[in-house]
Amino acid sequence: MSTVAHEHDHHHAPSGLKRWIFSTNHKDIGTLYLIFSLMMFFIGGAMAMIIRAELFQPGLQFVDPQFYNSMVTVHALIMIFGAVMPAGVGLANWMIPLMIGAPDMALPRMNNMSFWILPFGFALLISTLFMNGGGPAGGWTMYPPLVLQLGDAFPFLIFTVHILGVSSIMGAINIIATVFNMRAPGMTLMKMPLFVWTWVITAFLLIASLPVFAGAVTMLLTDKYFGTSFFSAAGGGDPVLFQHIFWFFGHPEVYILALPAFGIISTIIPTFSRKPLFGYASMVYATASIAILSFFVWAHHMFTVGMPIKGELFFMYATMLISVPTGVKVFNWIATMWKGAMTFETPMLFSIAFVILFTIGGFSGLMLGITPVDFQYHDTYFVVAHFHYVLLTGAIFALMAAVYYWLPKWTGYMYDEKLGKIHFWLSTIAANVLFFPQHFLGLAGMPRRIPDYNIQFADFNMISSIGGFAYGLSQLLFVYIVIKCALGGKKAKSQAWEGAKGLEWTVPSPAPFHTFETPPKLTKAMLEH
Amino acid sequence: MATKDIYYIPEGSKWPIFGSFALFSLFIGGALLLNGSANANTVLYIGIALVAYMFVGWFNEVIGESRSGKYNQQVDVSFRMGMGWFIFSEVMFFAAFFGALYYARMFSIPWLGGLGSGTATHEFLWSTFEATWPLSVTPDPTNFDQPKDVIPAFGVPAINTLILLTSGVTVTIAHWALKANKRATLILWLAATVILGFVFVFFQAEEYAHAYSDLNLKLSSGIYGSTFYMLTGFHGFHVTMGAVMLLVILLRSFKGHFSKKDHFAFEAVAWYWHFVDVVWLGLFIFVYWV
Repeated sequence: MSTVAHEHDHHHAPSGLKRWIFSTNHKDIGTLYLIFSLMMFFIGGAMAMIIRAELFQPGLQFVDPQFYNSMVTVHALIMIFGAVMPAGVGLANWMIPLMIGAPDMALPRMNNMSFWILPFGFALLISTLFMNGGGPAGGWTMYPPLVLQLGDAFPFLIFTVHILGVSSIMGAINIIATVFNMRAPGMTLMKMPLFVWTWVITAFLLIASLPVFAGAVTMLLTDKYFGTSFFSAAGGGDPVLFQHIFWFFGHPEVYILALPAFGIISTIIPTFSRKPLFGYASMVYATASIAILSFFVWAHHMFTVGMPIKGELFFMYATMLISVPTGVKVFNWIATMWKGAMTFETPMLFSIAFVILFTIGGFSGLMLGITPVDFQYHDTYFVVAHFHYVLLTGAIFALMAAVYYWLPKWTGYMYDEKLGKIHFWLSTIAANVLFFPQHFLGLAGMPRRIPDYNIQFADFNMISSIGGFAYGLSQLLFVYIVIKCALGGKKAKSQAWEGAKGLEWTVPSPAPFHTFETPPKLTKAMLEH
Repeated sequence: MATKDIYYIPEGSKWPIFGSFALFSLFIGGALLLNGSANANTVLYIGIALVAYMFVGWFNEVIGESRSGKYNQQVDVSFRMGMGWFIFSEVMFFAAFFGALYYARMFSIPWLGGLGSGTATHEFLWSTFEATWPLSVTPDPTNFDQPKDVIPAFGVPAINTLILLTSGVTVTIAHWALKANKRATLILWLAATVILGFVFVFFQAEEYAHAYSDLNLKLSSGIYGSTFYMLTGFHGFHVTMGAVMLLVILLRSFKGHFSKKDHFAFEAVAWYWHFVDVVWLGLFIFVYWV
């Protein structure tokens, strides 16, 4: 340790608006990310409520089909890019420096810019709903030629993707630089908490896949305005080319949403099982394998588009392969719980629900990955059910678990456990009422992205809608719990959870504005996981 | 104060939020322009000016902090990682366009010509279409500008290859000079690199003018023109940015900003320059040559 008087004296927390808009503090920026993503969760959620209201009964009730399709499209874009991804980055911001004993993120100003781009980006996106020709309504996948028919909203949609891409790439670079350059002495790679591992691998996925997406939408832009023919067969291109490029990004994107969730679950389950994570090294390798494989499976999203049979087979087998490392993870989580002294606080409940419900989503994914059967499921509600199981009861449940788990560290107070459990049970029951019937709808042939349906689908849709409203309402309870916890409650100890391991529990709760201003001396106990 | 044991955390800064707003105005301006709205140009120009001002202001601040010795070894490594992975993301951006080129040549054009599963498409849509590369006649010949010819590899493109490869050498010699503390040599070779960069861009612009007016090879010439202009265009844009960055480094060399040990900005720009060089080799081989 140096005795030189360091310059941090003027680094006391700045006050007022400046603290937030000029921030270089990972905790403040993390908080901004989390609040922003919660707001987006409710905006996107409101759109889901409109969708479910329209589908409550057959026939056209509330909105016209064009607007319905806009809701479907913008709901997806907001939930993916506005809710789940920023929540993950917010957690990374808050927790990675605390977990690896770093004073802050490696590039704090860039960190600030990554965040502040988001409100501007979503201002661009949401403004499209009020433009001539309506908002984007061709699905979040933006397939040409349909998307090229969009009105004034089109360039705004494309530039939204660009500007959010800039934000995410900067965020990813920051996480990589932080993890590889800012670890405290003794925090070797294989000692890092799994959350850090999953995030650094996610960051690589972001850097490798988002620029490809930017390229794809740039081609859409030039096809519409500058006469190029990337996606026009008449000029020698191919609309299917867009699908290839899009899903080359899109499939890794799925894991960008899922891997941080895996990291969260791998942190929480050991804590409440009071046992070390089973198979730490295999978890790291499984995460890396999933990430690498995710670049070789993209065409399973487009089995019905008319690919050569060899391509279909290749992408089918590659997809099946992903279930191996994913299975390793699920078995490791179960093995961690095996014979553990388990308790069931809210984060643990969400984590266990994650393991079960994500696995259901994984299995339906496996079914969709089989080429011949996908011909039946493609573009039906079965797909909708599948990805909502992995994204809502998967990614979002993990994010909820993370919030409950780390709220004591962030606010210094314990949240209301009783309300937390009520929120859990309401969410879990509602989410299953919402999405489980959609499997049956899909198998029976109900197509996605259509505001009306055949009378035979009426019952399940009504059940699903009831689940949807219940889920939406239950999330208001979550907001109440979080605000209540931020305002006060039972004081949290540094080590808020009895079985928790990791450096973040060695600093006070709430974590002070600056932590680890000098590299912490790590003891063996601190490095256990 | 930059001792190894003490971390450096930069103070709050107005540039990130300024930059976010600048990007916002830039994109709004661009979108309005594409929609043909009135006043789009004003918004766009304001956006461009703000982005430029953000770069100048932000870099100035960082250069000032670096010169005053605030940064330490760890900050240096973070910057290096940042630049390295930024360049990787750029590589992936180009990969999308190279992928499109590959797909067009290997799949879409042969299929449109009737190969494999494309038989029916060929028969029912454009039965007279012949799959060739370079694609001189598009499947639907009426709505596209049919090029008379394409740019041969072993003319200006080959000269441009030599220019860029040479500039890669000159920037390396400049780096050696910097490491040997020979400022005059550094400036000389760096200036040569900048000049070579702009000469490349000039030739490229000439080639575009020739292709557009004499060869009728346009963005709207079907997939050949699309991939040709988008790949070479984005590359040309990157070369221009790289050359501007080299120019900044040259000016900073005049000011004596770099020392034998401490010259990350120089290296970052050199990396970037090598990156545009390597992308060009890919272009020369796959767009012009084979």
